[in-house]
Amino acid sequence: MPSVASAPFQFRTRLTLTKLTGRQAADLPQLVGHLRAVPLSVVFHHTHHFLVQHLHLSPEPPNDFAFWVTNVLQEDQLGEQLAAIDTVGFATLAALRDRIVAVIEAYLEQSRSLREAPPGEEFHFRDGISFVLPTAYRVRTLEEFAEALRAVGAATIAYHLFEARLRLGADDNDFSRWLEQALGEREAAAAIRRLDPYTFTMEGLRRRLIELVAPGPAGRGAR
Amino acid sequence: MTVGLDDYEPFVGRGTLDELRLLGKALHGRRVQHVNSTAVGGGVAEILTRLVPLLRELGVETRWDVIHGGEEFFAVTKKLHNALHGQPLVFDARDAEVMRETTAENLRSLDLGPDIVFIHDPQPVELVAGAPRGSRWLWRCHIDVSAPAPSAWEFLQPWVERYRAAVFSAPQFARPLSIDQVLIAPSIDPLTEKNRELDAATIAKVVTGLGIDPERPLVTQVSRFDRLKDPLGVIEAYRLVRRYNDCQLLLVGGSATDDPEGSQVLAECRAAAADDPDVHVVELPPTANLEINALQRASTVIVQKSLREGFGLTVAEALWKGKPVVAGAVGGIPLQVTHRYSGILTHTIEGCAYWLKQLLNAPEFARRLGENGREHVRNNFLMTRHLRDYMLLFLSLDHPGESLVRLG
Repeated sequence: MPSVASAPFQFRTRLTLTKLTGRQAADLPQLVGHLRAVPLSVVFHHTHHFLVQHLHLSPEPPNDFAFWVTNVLQEDQLGEQLAAIDTVGFATLAALRDRIVAVIEAYLEQSRSLREAPPGEEFHFRDGISFVLPTAYRVRTLEEFAEALRAVGAATIAYHLFEARLRLGADDNDFSRWLEQALGEREAAAAIRRLDPYTFTMEGLRRRLIELVAPGPAGRGAR
Repeated sequence: MTVGLDDYEPFVGRGTLDELRLLGKALHGRRVQHVNSTAVGGGVAEILTRLVPLLRELGVETRWDVIHGGEEFFAVTKKLHNALHGQPLVFDARDAEVMRETTAENLRSLDLGPDIVFIHDPQPVELVAGAPRGSRWLWRCHIDVSAPAPSAWEFLQPWVERYRAAVFSAPQFARPLSIDQVLIAPSIDPLTEKNRELDAATIAKVVTGLGIDPERPLVTQVSRFDRLKDPLGVIEAYRLVRRYNDCQLLLVGGSATDDPEGSQVLAECRAAAADDPDVHVVELPPTANLEINALQRASTVIVQKSLREGFGLTVAEALWKGKPVVAGAVGGIPLQVTHRYSGILTHTIEGCAYWLKQLLNAPEFARRLGENGREHVRNNFLMTRHLRDYMLLFLSLDHPGESLVRLG
């Protein structure tokens, strides 16, 4: 395979304008009721936007639902179950939504007393308009790719790694696909596919990605 | 000092500025007009003063106009403001008439021609009467209208619903409306006197000038002397802390001379502080931005024990300075503080005291909260994010009903 790709990799980013839906929940039955009814873009917002907005929290709760249930309702067991949902394993938002609803409903069936959020700390369902736009980074070699990884914003990494599977299927992402198809870097592509990006902080994830692709002392050559 | 986009690079990085430039390119040549009711003073004017030149630098033709009105008009809009905040006032037909007359005069004198007209707050809301069919008018609500006096909301709602979209600062401030509602939080500017880096000598001078011991822990609340900020509750919490921890308390806020209740609350705070030399109740003029900056930076922990709050940007200011914050879980504060990650949310005086002790006794934990808080502000509450959201809002008008927009 060539060391210079004929098809360049264009790094893109996703910026979000947050919309208010007017829906709010003060307890679990309300949460699950709204969850069933909201557009899937709302589910996307609360499971993906969270990561970019709360960079410092990851690898703690990977979605807004887990965070609210744990920290506001203080239903620790359910919070843990929601945090443990393998977001990366779902190829569609509908399937992800079904799983979140099923986990909450199973908990509701076995729980006798349920807590209510204190006034002012209700869960507000939000929607988002996503704007996907090209960044200044367009690369053709592994070295340029690693260099760009150092420079791009967190939203760019999230877009190509977290959100890509909703476009490409559960097992793939933009980085692995290009590395394999354009540069023949099967090993790096496979290693990136094996990552569970939800268990890293965004900066930790960036470092790991650079380690997996960068030649030289800080990267693959050092392993 | 003229501030340009590049001045923000040390705080947000090149990538963020590149994104803004891309958005600017997508909006190139678009004309935007902001209209509010004051050119100086108040948070809206403060933000527009910075945002307008930055939008222009990015290629968006931006104008900023201010409506004119007489004393009677501003008395009515003040009443409307208070009623929208929930005070039990009746907004009557005479009030509506005063608003209508002033709006008509402004419609005659203002040139409202551009592609996008962005109206800020209730005072100029009726200008939308002059909007041509199909035009792109946006209404930005900077206040909390979650529990308004009914007559005030009944007056406002039909006007708001003539806009393309309404923008609110926090989810709980919004109302059921027939138009799109967008969430755009306010922001702080890292380059202003209130937030810029200060050297140790400047900080020390301000602190010692107020008789505060720079060697001992300092707990500070920066806010107006207003019952809703619960300064007396902060003094009570401090007394609970002092049973176990050595520390000083500083309550510092703007001058209260034109606010009779403020003067009373200030007097009550001074009485509650009594002869405790470690409680400092300090009134500073509204221009004392450098002093507030220094006092925040000199503090060990910052408290914002509000019982009700607008957005509460003093919290973002404290977090930006890397300070651990203990704050009431009200208004926009939960957007800024994630409990036990980027600060502490409390509901009671005892809870406030409990967390103050924790933070004074566990400086490593306190430091981590402050660091996380600073990063959270960097990502979500700086001027550049505000600029980005406004530009995304303008772009969204070209794509009604779409949830995914591809640019470039």
